[in-house]
Amino acid sequence: MEYILGILILSAINLVAVLGLSVLTGFTGLFSFGHAGFMAIGAYTSAIVTARLHLPFAVGLLAAGLVAGIISIGLGRLTLKLKGDYFCIATMGFGEIVKPLLNNWKWVGGARGWESIPKYGGISLLLPFAVAVIAVILSWNLINSRQGRNMVAVREEELAAQMAGVNVLRSKMIALVFSAVLAGIAGGLMANFIGFIAPKTFNMVKSTELTIIVIFGGLGSISGSVVAALLLTVLPELFRAFSSWRLVFYGLAVMIIMIGRPKGLMGGLELTPTSLRKAAAARKAKRDTAAATAEGEKR
Amino acid sequence: MNVAPILELKGLTKRFGGLTAVNDVSMSVREGGISGLIGPNGAGKTTIFNLITGVYKVSEGAIEFKGKSILDREPYQIANLGITRTFQNIRLFKNLSVFDNVLTACHMSAKYSLLESFFRLPRFYREEVILRKKAESLLDVMGLSDRADLTANNLPYGLQRRLEITRALALDPALLLLDEPAAGMNPDETEQLMRLMEEIRKSHNLSILVIEHHMDLVMGVCDHIHVLNFGCTLADGPPDDVANDPKVVEAYLGGEEIKSC
Repeated sequence: MEYILGILILSAINLVAVLGLSVLTGFTGLFSFGHAGFMAIGAYTSAIVTARLHLPFAVGLLAAGLVAGIISIGLGRLTLKLKGDYFCIATMGFGEIVKPLLNNWKWVGGARGWESIPKYGGISLLLPFAVAVIAVILSWNLINSRQGRNMVAVREEELAAQMAGVNVLRSKMIALVFSAVLAGIAGGLMANFIGFIAPKTFNMVKSTELTIIVIFGGLGSISGSVVAALLLTVLPELFRAFSSWRLVFYGLAVMIIMIGRPKGLMGGLELTPTSLRKAAAARKAKRDTAAATAEGEKR
Repeated sequence: MNVAPILELKGLTKRFGGLTAVNDVSMSVREGGISGLIGPNGAGKTTIFNLITGVYKVSEGAIEFKGKSILDREPYQIANLGITRTFQNIRLFKNLSVFDNVLTACHMSAKYSLLESFFRLPRFYREEVILRKKAESLLDVMGLSDRADLTANNLPYGLQRRLEITRALALDPALLLLDEPAAGMNPDETEQLMRLMEEIRKSHNLSILVIEHHMDLVMGVCDHIHVLNFGCTLADGPPDDVANDPKVVEAYLGGEEIKSC
């Protein structure tokens, strides 16, 4: 039971980080391979606040988001003028800077990591799920606002967006800060639920994993990101019985989905009551026309 | 009749390294008028559009919109001041629906803040309704309502151009720049486009500057024409004068080597 709860908590934490990245990558079109850096910043911030300053967990989480957000503004100022791939490489550099800094910072455990971070049980176990739900709502609200539509315009056609009066730099900045805040909060949740953090947890593999989840779910789909985050966190656990082969299966599963559905699970569409109704209506219309033609052929 | 120009270019020059793409061009667009910018390929027409909209930085000269310099403005600021454009090679938000293309461009008609978006405060709902109504009525006027749900990429070519103009109108511009709007259109579609230009000029209180190769269109709708060749002004005046200008005829039909500028 505790094992299952652990996996669920882990999926919720991953989901929080993935949602931010979904807004940045899926909707604004900026790829990042450095968001584990923001998770690290959040994790260590929350750990410092709770373990060293002995403040409540909620304060730690808020601080985690805040510090990651502030640092992302600095990173954005420096890098957001870069085009596509160059921005991606710059974020990779950022992620790689965070790790050695933490490795050399003895006060927070250095390279060996930091144990004995306060863990929370009981009612606090619901916190990751509550945060995940709030993150879904906020992402959804952002994407379906004029600011969110501007982000999509930037992804679709940057020059045309500018000519339509969109402040491209500001749109990108909002997306980056939003994603960094969520990654920071996810890091904070991770620190205080696992109780142990080490710089090497937040390496490029972690950054890549987050981006893979977003692409797997389908760029430009919040619901796709949600499904993918849950699926891809649970999947490696399901294969745990195969021990050393499990990552092979994991990789294969990702490959098969990407070959079968190149645009990701949801392919930029959303899973909502309205979209389901529309899809059902379309399918019915198709069946009806098929029946009608069959009828016609019979005659 | 002496109407103040809405747009004035004064000694506009743009150099790309050693190449002078636009050389000391001065022209103006009359408020409420339709001006044409013509010239052979590579004459610098689109470069002028890119200079006006702030995509390129001006090397020398001045650009004044409603009497104020817009040289130090960012492209998005210029758009919000009231100059919008279409592109020679259509640039729609391809994967979005026709409706969303226009709705996105309506964004300046709403003032709700990021915080109001995140928490769906009352003003968000109030202004979203206004935006949607505006997009709907624009599509209606432009005859695109019945295709509102179609993905922009799947529209026929002529309608894609029409959608691009609709999107430009969503910002309530005072000046519309059209870059070869009739490219690839048959005479029928060109005819329709000409009527459309006249209509929106009246209904939206617009001034229009159009780059075009279709001489029928240019001669038909423009009240003023500016001819460029190799980045320099070749002629400037009412359509009839320009059409009979020997230098213009020469540039278009060929002739003896023209001394540039």
